[in-house]
Amino acid sequence: MHPAPSLILFTVLSGIGFGLLVWLGLGLSAPVGLAAFILFGLGYGLAGAGLIAAAFHLGHPERALKAFTQWRSSWLSREAVLATATMAVMAPHAASSAFAATPLPLFGWLGAALALVTIFATAMIYTQIKAVPRWHHWSTPPVFVLAALAGGAMLAAQTTLAHFLMLALAAAMVAHWIAGDKRFAQSGSTTGTATGLASLGRVRLLEPPHSGRNYLLREMVHVVGRKHAHKLRLIALGFGAIFPALLLMLPASYGTIALALIVHLTGMTAQRWLFFAEAEHVVGLYYGKR
Amino acid sequence: MTTLPTTTQKKLGLVIDLDTCVGCHACVISCKGWNTENYGAPLSDLDAYGGEPEGTFLNRVHTFEVTRDTAPPMVVHFPKSCLHCDNAPCVTVCPTGASYKRQEDGIVLVNESACIGCGLCAWACPYGAREMDGAEKVMKKCTLCVDRIYNENLPEIDREPACVRTCPAGARHFGDFADPDSNVSKLTRERGGFDLMPEQGTAPVNKYLPPRGRDTLDMPDLASMCDPAPENAKGFLGWLDRALERL
Repeated sequence: MHPAPSLILFTVLSGIGFGLLVWLGLGLSAPVGLAAFILFGLGYGLAGAGLIAAAFHLGHPERALKAFTQWRSSWLSREAVLATATMAVMAPHAASSAFAATPLPLFGWLGAALALVTIFATAMIYTQIKAVPRWHHWSTPPVFVLAALAGGAMLAAQTTLAHFLMLALAAAMVAHWIAGDKRFAQSGSTTGTATGLASLGRVRLLEPPHSGRNYLLREMVHVVGRKHAHKLRLIALGFGAIFPALLLMLPASYGTIALALIVHLTGMTAQRWLFFAEAEHVVGLYYGKR
Repeated sequence: MTTLPTTTQKKLGLVIDLDTCVGCHACVISCKGWNTENYGAPLSDLDAYGGEPEGTFLNRVHTFEVTRDTAPPMVVHFPKSCLHCDNAPCVTVCPTGASYKRQEDGIVLVNESACIGCGLCAWACPYGAREMDGAEKVMKKCTLCVDRIYNENLPEIDREPACVRTCPAGARHFGDFADPDSNVSKLTRERGGFDLMPEQGTAPVNKYLPPRGRDTLDMPDLASMCDPAPENAKGFLGWLDRALERL
């Protein structure tokens, strides 16, 4: 799949933003006054920036409000509804913490639950797609949820919690890669089933339907760049989870958390890039490519 | 609403005969022609006169080669368009309700004025049946020529999808799969029509007919008849052979 920068930004930024809102809502770190203003501002800012980045991916962003209507069937619509609901429900808690120095736990807890479900819904947008076998697996949501919770805990200065969540994230990434590498074969889709000609013999593409590019090839048959997959996995694992986990063992300070954050975001960008670039869509079978 | 109907009154769709298709791409062109001038946004071309032309098409013809162990290889031309699946994954993922499957005839359509161009439906389709138009930025797909098949301004003979109407080989058939006596149901039954990628669970309505077995000639092994030149050639050729041998 094509690793669109807008989608990488969306999933990384809104993930960590909603992750921060989970911990702020639960009251694990209960800042008041200016600290609350900055932290809630950061949570809302990151979550909002991610959603705006996602809007850049749309062909017709002016119709984006329609995306709130189909929550009964569509995970993308659910994500939009849940993200908005999280921000609305968390708002009294955030405002009261920042301006009246009184957290409102009820709004906080409800907002935290909604934020967690929002992150899960983001993951399900990809997990639901059966035509991309690497994504269509239980190992996909844990990567999204743990990345958001670990990054959020780090921003909330919950260093011990963040440390263990980073280690869990590392395990989730590895599990997703190991499972993912077998998924295409497990899906059972081959050029033989795609054409229905498997019973006659071995099937291969003789002539593609068009000599140029098209939307399908650009969007779903992304073969360039996979050759560095192994190195990028190491960068994603090291920078995204292991190094931040080690940095979080140092005495907490703004410096170490800022450094851990930069390292983590770099690693997660690599992880998300790979998440798209490595994912093979079964439509590639019709083009003799994957 | 992008939830799928549990049943549809009709199941309109195509039967594509892989035995008969000659790979002429006439269906591709007639589809593009009709659907550029009629329902919805035109199917744009980008860089049409430049070095890297590309365009939006609702139907494309791939060509595959089947290598067989005991027979010569077989070339199969393979037209591919929307299969109007009963369990269409493209419909349920749509966040705006722009994608829908019609209860009355089972056609999967896009309401282009509600499409935000997110592309998720194209990702969800295992067959590559949907393409985002490069100019209009809305999702385009086969409409089964919904503006032809019910169009009383057209002569009755033309009230079928443009690809079916134009096919010079008679490789494309249009009909109602819900009716067991329709032409398409009969063809599917008699010729062993099959689904593409059944393991994807999409329950496609369109069916493909397999290539028929090819004729085999009962003839001797030609290679054995091509003996090398006889050992003891006589006359001029024999002399030439011996002379060349000595060189």
